[in-house]
Amino acid sequence: MGLNLRAKLLLSLTTVLAVLSIVGFMTLNVQSDWGFIVQHRGSRLLGMLLVAITMGLATVVFQTITHNRILTPSLMGFDVLYVLVHSLALLVWGVGQNTGWPVELRFIVEVAVMVSIALVIFRLLFTDSVRGLHVLILLGMVTGLLFRELAELAQRIFDPSEFSIQQGSGIANFNRINVQLLWVGLIGVGLCSALLFRFRHQLDVLILGRDVAINLGIPYTKTITLLMLAICVLVSISTALVGPMLFFGLLVANLAYWITGSHQHRWTLPASVLAGIVCLVGGQLVFEHLLNSGLPLAMIIELCGGVLFIVLLLRGVKQ
Amino acid sequence: MIEARGLSKKYQDTLVVEDVSLQIPKGGLTSIIGPNGAGKSTLLSMISRLTPMSVGTVEIDGFDVTRTSGPELARRLSILRQHNESSLRLTVRDLVAFGRFPHSGGRLTTEDQKHIDEAIQYLELEEYQQRHLDELSGGQRQRAYVAMVMCQDTEYVLLDEPLNNIDMRHAVGMMQLLRRAADEKGKTVVVVLHDINFASCYSDHIIAMRRGQLAYQGMPEQIIRNEVLTDLYDIPTSVHELNGQRICTYFR
Repeated sequence: MGLNLRAKLLLSLTTVLAVLSIVGFMTLNVQSDWGFIVQHRGSRLLGMLLVAITMGLATVVFQTITHNRILTPSLMGFDVLYVLVHSLALLVWGVGQNTGWPVELRFIVEVAVMVSIALVIFRLLFTDSVRGLHVLILLGMVTGLLFRELAELAQRIFDPSEFSIQQGSGIANFNRINVQLLWVGLIGVGLCSALLFRFRHQLDVLILGRDVAINLGIPYTKTITLLMLAICVLVSISTALVGPMLFFGLLVANLAYWITGSHQHRWTLPASVLAGIVCLVGGQLVFEHLLNSGLPLAMIIELCGGVLFIVLLLRGVKQ
Repeated sequence: MIEARGLSKKYQDTLVVEDVSLQIPKGGLTSIIGPNGAGKSTLLSMISRLTPMSVGTVEIDGFDVTRTSGPELARRLSILRQHNESSLRLTVRDLVAFGRFPHSGGRLTTEDQKHIDEAIQYLELEEYQQRHLDELSGGQRQRAYVAMVMCQDTEYVLLDEPLNNIDMRHAVGMMQLLRRAADEKGKTVVVVLHDINFASCYSDHIIAMRRGQLAYQGMPEQIIRNEVLTDLYDIPTSVHELNGQRICTYFR
């Protein structure tokens, strides 16, 4: 039931790379005093680590409960759904900081609203009846597109300078991490990760499909709802911190499957996080300090993820 | 004992199962037969809480299936349906090991390993146990899933058309195995069967369904009769006694 030699080697290599990325990111090209570096780079590092954890876990768990390796929460538009809720919240609360509500509290309320909407949508799409994967992907893309357009509409109604999440063209940005939400994000990620890791054995069973899972005693609807809730919270945190990322989750989840070659979540969950750290922190390190390039890392990651998406789709068509 | 009272299932406006009340005694092998669309599979999945019923109750040894906790029920009753995930990168042994989940929650003990070995042996899967599910033939995969259910080691074992997609030799092997599970291990086996001759030769009790309703039930010699089968399937049949077995021919 353990990992084979190849998987062990790959997993160790990924771990080493992840640690090297973190150490390198904090220490390379240090010119000013350490206090500033720790505060400046430390908060960015923490933000990236949180994004790596959220996207990895959320995607792997989502793919397990929907029995596919192509569809992700981002492709279903869960991240832009959060953006939409956030912009509508600005409408209700009014723009500006002097609403009397602290940022963290507003964030929590927004997440609660987003989770409720996402759960309803999930219920409608993933009913007890089995749908073809291609129908699901189509439906997911349509809902994703719908939220994207609605969020854009909302963005046009408001003053764009007040729209703190949606940056630039709507692509994630690791140089402008929303540091105000780091602490509440850290707590949320901690709770959700602990929950998901506790459910690792149940997740293993859920891969076998609904009927077998119920046969083996999993309270199916309750478990799926709880897992979906955790996924939504994780996606919201990631989106609030850096902005929406369409293909990053797909990339790290499939890297995790490839690295471990296993169905067991006690391996795939950590592997997805490690792969995410290598991609984000390692990528940022290479771009910022080694290449001195102004290229946005998010673009490159999205490009790789997008290519992978097409490859997976083509392979799915062939089967 | 499995006891169903006033069981109905309605999808939109069509009644798939209509007011079925029946008792399946503990021990022995019970077959559910009937023409296509008679509601056999729906009945089985309501009994095993895979499909929620529209009306009615099911009790397994006095435990209401809709109210008993999942793991509690999973240690008493197992269900295997026709269509199971086939593209998994999972070895046969890993799959069979899942049968221990209701007992040990994912952490396998040496006791569990013993059950796994036994189930693999019982289904003659020793040489395939390290093979992946997606490398097996349909019949081998079917046997691997049955091994998982056997490994679950429940008092009640429910199987929906276990003979689908397997050849004569393996079909006979499967029925002999279920018979042995009932005789040697004292399990209560309930199977949905399409081949009435298998039902005739291996069952202790037969339940016949038609258009969502319970049509007949009784011992094989009460059900495998011309007047009953002709009425049930709406074609002329002729039942022969051959070497002590009641065989029904209906081919021309």
